[in-house]
Amino acid sequence: MASISLKVNGDVHTVDVDPQTPLLYVLTDELQLRGPKFGCGVAQCGACTVMLEGKSVRSCVMPVSYVKDHEVITLEGIGTPEKPHPIQQAFLDEGAAQCGFCLSGVILTAKSMLDQNPKATDEQIREAFHGVLCRCFTHLRMMRAIKRYQEKRA
Amino acid sequence: MTPAISRRDFLKMSGALVVSFGAAAPFDPLAIAQGPFDTHPSRIDPNKLDSWLAIGEDGSIIAYTGKCDLGQGMLTAQTQLVAEELCVPISRVRLFQCDTDTTPDQGTTSGSQSTPTNFNTRNLAQAAATAREALLAMASHTLGVPADQLSAHGGIIRASNGDHIGYTQLLAGKHFDITVNPAAKRIAPADWKVLGQPVASMDRLALMTGTFEFVHNVHVAGMVHGRVVRPPQIGATVASVDESSVQSIPGLIKVVVRNNFVGVVAEKQWQAAQAAKSLTVAWNPVPALPSQQNFYDEIRKQPSRDFLLVNSQDVDDKLKSSVQVLKATYFHPYQAHGSIGASCAVADVQADSATIWSPTQSVYPTQHGLAALTGLPLDNVRVIFVRGSGCYGLNAADTVSFDAALLSQAVQRPVRVQLTRQDEFVSENYGSACVIEEQVGVDASGMIAAWDCTSWSVSLGNRPGYNKPGNVITGMLAGFEPDTVTPRAATEPTGELRNGSNTVPPYLAGCIGEKCGGNGLIRSERVLSRTVNSPFFTGPLRSPLRLQNTFAHESFMDEIAARVKADPVAYRLKHLTDTRIIDVLKAASQQANWDPRPSPKPGSPRAGVVSGRGVACVAYEGDNGYSAAVAEVEVNPVTGEIRPKRFVVAIDVGPISNPDGLRNQIEGGILQGTSRALSEEITWDDQKVTSIDWHTYHTLPLGIDVPVVESLLINRPGANATGAGETSITLAAAAIGNAVFDATGARLRAVPFTPDRVKAALAVRA
Repeated sequence: MASISLKVNGDVHTVDVDPQTPLLYVLTDELQLRGPKFGCGVAQCGACTVMLEGKSVRSCVMPVSYVKDHEVITLEGIGTPEKPHPIQQAFLDEGAAQCGFCLSGVILTAKSMLDQNPKATDEQIREAFHGVLCRCFTHLRMMRAIKRYQEKRA
Repeated sequence: MTPAISRRDFLKMSGALVVSFGAAAPFDPLAIAQGPFDTHPSRIDPNKLDSWLAIGEDGSIIAYTGKCDLGQGMLTAQTQLVAEELCVPISRVRLFQCDTDTTPDQGTTSGSQSTPTNFNTRNLAQAAATAREALLAMASHTLGVPADQLSAHGGIIRASNGDHIGYTQLLAGKHFDITVNPAAKRIAPADWKVLGQPVASMDRLALMTGTFEFVHNVHVAGMVHGRVVRPPQIGATVASVDESSVQSIPGLIKVVVRNNFVGVVAEKQWQAAQAAKSLTVAWNPVPALPSQQNFYDEIRKQPSRDFLLVNSQDVDDKLKSSVQVLKATYFHPYQAHGSIGASCAVADVQADSATIWSPTQSVYPTQHGLAALTGLPLDNVRVIFVRGSGCYGLNAADTVSFDAALLSQAVQRPVRVQLTRQDEFVSENYGSACVIEEQVGVDASGMIAAWDCTSWSVSLGNRPGYNKPGNVITGMLAGFEPDTVTPRAATEPTGELRNGSNTVPPYLAGCIGEKCGGNGLIRSERVLSRTVNSPFFTGPLRSPLRLQNTFAHESFMDEIAARVKADPVAYRLKHLTDTRIIDVLKAASQQANWDPRPSPKPGSPRAGVVSGRGVACVAYEGDNGYSAAVAEVEVNPVTGEIRPKRFVVAIDVGPISNPDGLRNQIEGGILQGTSRALSEEITWDDQKVTSIDWHTYHTLPLGIDVPVVESLLINRPGANATGAGETSITLAAAAIGNAVFDATGARLRAVPFTPDRVKAALAVRA
């Protein structure tokens, strides 16, 4: 066990955990955040996605000690129910959810890639989503929401 | 935390009526078993209006339902229903779902039965209509104006003379204290203001912003973390558990062994995960698994439990006298529910009572199972539904609830159990593997003269229901027996046609004696279902058996049409009599701009990417939703890759409660069906299941070239409301397979349509 400080959604927290603990468990169990989810636990589905220095990463396999002083942003960190982020609004406008368990992976992967490459082609967007799953298959609405965000962002 | 609304007051009023459901029903593969979904007596008497509805002191309408939101939109649709019947906006309704302390026992939220159960003239809908009439009667009495001259709006009842009174004043903290009136009049669909509207699902804002509480987010004071250690193979028993293998893991609280159930509990989740991974368990060897390669033959060699659904007795004669006889056999693999989130539950089992926060579809049946597992009195066990990841049927929601209870009881602390994806892939209740043998005789005019179908499925376990905790892995490991198949010969069919598994093709008249319950006109008909024991657990997976049977029937119908050189749509229409399936078939083909001609497409090149279209239709469970789909696909003969480009889906589910929710279900259903058709299959070697993660169990990710999906909603306000969530998925495999045939002349008879299978079919095409 070790005392580890990390900055999440603007706040600094100190937790007492094994440094090898996956970041996901710290976020969900210690900080009781609801955005990142345990999906597969082996970085194959995307449900645990968070953003680290603007890039989407899979928190279920990343030891918390790797985070160091990089800020972690989760799904609840980019917008709130009172003021959703434009990409969350695009998903609302398209009604792009069924069970909604996958949304951290979908929304944060899209945000991260479009922040880095605002003019991403459809092929590049598809490429970014090869390892992201939605088992309710809300694909149509999600892809429309991503395009809507991309167009608004431009 | 989920609000724990006490209903002590209701409980006092309704008395302690506890009915035993313990009488073991004979295993019935025809009912495969979406579980009981109707309303049952419990401590919360469904005959009493107060069990369903109350008027809050703030003027809100409080409603209780036993049908929960699994991501399919039931919370929103039921809120619309209550708002409609009580003439208030949806913002005034607070709907509480699925809690054994507060909601009526409505069995299981499954089987496309939530809408039929709660949106027609029973249960929640009827309670809401009763409440409106009761409030109008009270207002009539108070205002001295006949009820038929009163109108309700926004929680206020007004007379034409301007007098008015609010629901709150009328009921003033009192209970209705009346029974649900079966004669209360529902508001007619023509007058709907809230129902029928595309209301956005009420959970979306919380979902999009990461604030929604899933069961994975439940935190209870003092909660610790559990993980399970599953046997490598179903039926393996514990030889020994070496606790010393995990003694060095910090935070470990206990290694729990009960019969063959093995789990660990630790202070933190990471510690529990490491302990589960490190724990050395020796399992007694079990016989090798049957070879997957020969499994479809193996199925048909087993002693089976047989049911004849129809038998006109003349099928053999008609086949002999037919101009030509066609035969084909279709194969469907085991498939997984594969929820994106591995299942999770939290249990707090104390010496004399227990509370379990569970993603189960069936809080009351699960309560019974938990009482059996913990030995606690039924009434001391509370199961509170908290949504999990989309389940699509019996995923591991029930079994993880059992896991959490066993571990909590062992350590006398609240325990949260998170299964791993592998835990779930190796021992969940898979959708059944099937072999379906089809045979028809065609007469000189090209019409089908006789149809003979034998549908094989496999079974072990099922939903636990009220009395079979052994039907899922944890219950069996803890010492309860699962349902198995007792072979039995078929007897001649009697009574009414039971086509709940779509074993009977829609083109058959479905006659038993004088009564014909089918959707078509073929009267020379024999349909036999045969169920054999499965080496793996099985259970309902979205459109259970209906999907497998429809894949066979609709692919075969396409083969017959091609043989007689008929257009696949026109040929289907010639054999159908049910106007509702006829209408969806016509609507889908018109919308798709269907080019009427036989398949395969003339002049389609033998090389290069080719395209084609295919159709399929279904009367879901015979009469629980009607749908037709046209698929347009491209096939690359070199790679064997199928690329669906467009689906047109027409649907008739009676009066539409929420068109947006319905479209969402159609779109998700047809694409999930596409994934199941193209890639999903449980695999195994002689010792163990080998499809254990998303690299070995293949699903279509978000990064595909997503096909266009056009949904055509046919509203039928005069009809009963039917299920909707399992219709479009039922059609995907056949529509795609038929489109591949149209494009290439190659017939796909085994799901999934992997590139290797496509190339093999291309190699043997005529």
